[in-house]
Formats: sequence, C-alpha cells, structure tokens
Amino acid sequence: MNPFSYSRVNDADQALAELSGKPEGKFLGGGTNLVDLMKMGVETPTQLIDINRVPLAQIEELPGGKGVRIGAVARNSDVAEHDLIKTRYPVLSEALLAGASPQLRNMATVGGNLLQRTRCYYFYDPAFPQCNKRNPGSGCGALDGFNRIHAILGQSEQCIATHPSDMCVAMAALEAVVRVRGPKGEREIKFEDFHRLPGNTPERDANLAADELIVAVDLPGTPFAERSHYLKVRDRASYAFALISVAAALDLDSSKKIKAVRLALGGVAHKPWRAYKAEKELVGKNADEKTFRAAAEAELAAAKGYKHNSFKIELAKRAIVRALTNVTAIA
Amino acid sequence: MADESDGSFESGAEELDELLIFGNPETRRKFLKRMAATSAGLAITPTLLGPPAVEASERVIARATTSGTAGSVNVHFKINGKDYTLEVDPRVTLLDALRERLHLTGSKKGCDHGQCGACTVLVNGRRINSCLSLAVTHEGDEITTIEGLARGDELHPVQTAFIEHDGFQCGYCTPGQICSTVALLQENHANSDAEIREWMSGNICRCGAYPNILAAIKDAKDKVRA
Repeated sequence: MNPFSYSRVNDADQALAELSGKPEGKFLGGGTNLVDLMKMGVETPTQLIDINRVPLAQIEELPGGKGVRIGAVARNSDVAEHDLIKTRYPVLSEALLAGASPQLRNMATVGGNLLQRTRCYYFYDPAFPQCNKRNPGSGCGALDGFNRIHAILGQSEQCIATHPSDMCVAMAALEAVVRVRGPKGEREIKFEDFHRLPGNTPERDANLAADELIVAVDLPGTPFAERSHYLKVRDRASYAFALISVAAALDLDSSKKIKAVRLALGGVAHKPWRAYKAEKELVGKNADEKTFRAAAEAELAAAKGYKHNSFKIELAKRAIVRALTNVTAIA
Repeated sequence: MADESDGSFESGAEELDELLIFGNPETRRKFLKRMAATSAGLAITPTLLGPPAVEASERVIARATTSGTAGSVNVHFKINGKDYTLEVDPRVTLLDALRERLHLTGSKKGCDHGQCGACTVLVNGRRINSCLSLAVTHEGDEITTIEGLARGDELHPVQTAFIEHDGFQCGYCTPGQICSTVALLQENHANSDAEIREWMSGNICRCGAYPNILAAIKDAKDKVRA
C-alpha cells in the first residue's frame, strides 16, 4: 500500500476543511472497498480523512410525511435492520441484506456504498494494462476479454463495467435524493443523476465534485413502496455480486391493475438502471405475467451482449417477471 | 499435528491449538511444552509456529517498526479487556496490528481482502473483517478477539460447541467462524438452518466443514440461551 497521511475529523465542516487543497485526499468511511483498492494499488490517496466519527449516522423521519433521511455514515447493517426502512421501504432493506456479508455490512457506510467502484477484473487488478477507468486512454480489457459479469445496457466502447451495489438499485427505484456538501454549501442530486454512464469518461463514476462530501440520502415518502421487493440472481446462494438484480415497487388498484410502478436493474449497466421503458409498459395494465414479460422485452430491446455475458439479456427479462410476480403476491 | 503415541486426544483444547484456534496463550504454552517433549514435535514445531510468541501483556506499548512513511499515529484501544497504546503507520490494518505488533495471532489472515472472514473480530460487540479496517480508525474502541472469549480455562460455549461437533478440519478459519458465531447469536440471526447459513456466509471454510459448523452453532445457541 502506498504511504498516506491520516487525520480524523469530528464534523462535516472539519472534513471539508481538511480536504481543502488536497486533490489526492479521500474520505475514509468503512473502508471495505477503498482499503481493498489501496491494497491492490488501484487507489493511491496521499491523505485519508476519517469521517467515521462525523455525526451523520442518523436514520430519521423527515417532517410532514416527506420520507426518511439516512446519514452518510450510517452502516449498511443498521439501515437494513431499521424499522422505518423495513416497514416503509422493504426493497432497500432486502437489497442491503443481499449485499456482502454481515461483517462487511457492519463496516460499510451508505456514502461509501454510493461510491463503490466496479468489480470489473480489468479495473481491479493493475496487472492488466488495459482499463480506461483506471488508466484513461489505455483501452478496455473486458471488451474482448472475459466479460461474463459485464454490462448489457448503456455501455460504451470505452467501458463495459457494471456498478456493483445492491443498495443503489433499490435507491434508484425509490427515487432517492443524494445530499452533498461542498465549500459553497449543500446541494441535492437526484439519484438518477448521481451515477454516470461511461461514455468517453469512464474514469468518472459519479457526478460528485472532488471537494464535496455526501452527507445524507433522502428517501421520498412513497406509500406504495411498502409493497416492494429486491430480487438478486448470483452465482452462489449468498455473498456474491449480482449477475442481475431487480428492485420493484408496485401500486395496484382493487382490480389488480397497475396504478404506478418503480423498477430498477442491477448488474446490467455502469449505473443502477432505472427501467423507465418497462415502467411505461406496465402502467394501466393488468398485473399478470403476460404484461410483465412485455415490459421486460421493452426494457431489454436495446440490450447488447458480448462473448460471455449474452445470457444476461434473457436472465434480466426473467428476473423482471419474477420480481414483479413476487411483488404482486405481497398482500 | 497431535502426537498419536501420546494417546490423549481428549476434548481439551490443547491438542487442537497449534493454530491458536481457541486463542488462550496459556493453552498454547501447554501445547508447546507437550510438542517439545516429543521427537516429532521438536522437528515440526519451529517451522509451524515461527518465532516464539511474546505475551501481549508484556507489550502494552509497542514501538512503530516502519519508518520513512508519511508518519505514524498513536492509537489507544482496549483488546480483550486490556488497554493498549500503539504507535502505528496508518497503513497497518487492525489484523496486522493484532498479529504482528501485539502477537495476538489467533485472528487469521486468509484472503486479506474481506472475502473469507478468517480475520473476523468483534469491535464494540459487532463483527467486522479486521483485514479491511485500519488500526488507526479504532481509537477508543473495545475489541474482542478469539483470545478474549474464554474465561481462564473455561472455554466460551461457542468454542466448546465447535470442539464437540468437530466444527473444523484444518482449523484455519475457526477463530473467525467462532467470533462470527458469537456475534450471530447476539444478533439473533440463528433461528433456522437457512438463516444460520445466510448469516454465516461471510466465513468461508475451504475444508467444507459446514455441516459440523452448523451443528455446533445450533448447539451453542441452545447452550447460550440455557
């Protein structure tokens, strides 16, 4: 691991002041991804600013039915097991519990999870010379390499990596808002604008400025999110990244027609993929398998597979049908 | 590793403790003595055990061993009920601080990337992967390792259950499995076989001792509750 200096801060303003003028500095939360990437030599910050003591671990109701605010250093396990989350946003609780292991969830923070980096092998191991995300302009090793876990939607010739988070897929479906603080104060970023598609700048994962700190994630008050569910398909029963995942929330009328729906996919793109096309297909229709399949076809119509990951296209369709079927069955 | 001619493979921890699975330095000393008394032990012990262990209690303050880096930082924490002050390079993980500086070698380095769980310890009562956690971030924390579970000669019920159910083969993952189980029971996530398997999925056993680990956990749950 490259040498770095370490400092510990006690509030968000201190954190920003400490980062000021240090373009190679990084905030340290749970460290479950950053410390690992530092061991690998992928991340080489010259300064780590420990924000674990910053009082931003709250999980609290916003006044006036506006939803729930989750502080940036709230641990994944605490969010997953919180009553407000389990009852109002089960999809988020399920997504968090589907990710990593109990030990990692006890460490990992919400802010860190948002900034998780891809698990693309070519990115994660500097022994591979080609990775436009790690080393812009060097090419993409995955394009003609071993690309079983890679993207099928929204990718570019520069990068076909996927975003690894489960939590973020649920938050995309819930239309969460990311609150960030910088030298000029606080601003809100809509969840769908937070993560980026690779385009020609795959080195940038998120629309967060280098001098900004994530302080919270707000979940809007969405009553029908109580009927929501996270389905994860992976290579083993537990403790593996998603091949495909689906976050779904459904609002049905008394005759089982779909009034409103939220659908997002994981494991398919460089960012959590909000399935707008499928949602459009679903609204106003009967909640049955035929409708679900048609919606899945619409969403995946633009999908493009590679040598090893084309199976994901059909898998994603079936996962959408299964997830929607499961949500419909929730009383 | 146990000397079969000795003929005493009873359920006590000492015969099983070459990897400090059960973590008690007193037990380890007894084991070493025994091994030294056998010819096989004389030949095998040094390579398997490395340099002689220094008791943690004799090293309450250990000096930094790395120089020429971006400076070292003091950290104070409590490990297994004892206060420690360490001066560490910020790059040192909690696992390396425990093993290399404090000579608490019960916690194991398996993958060193948070994927296997061999390094699992309890921090303020919660299980974490000590290999992905920088030691300097643990200022003021209370840490429990495998060495801190037994009360003197009396093993923790989870340790006893792992022995009784043969919950290991090589034993390398066992300290992590046991620490993880202690937390699992506190979390109340051991209410069915499926729930135990899911909530223990962060601890990999490459010998595949899972059926016996499961049996040990179920037994430990009953005993801890009783």
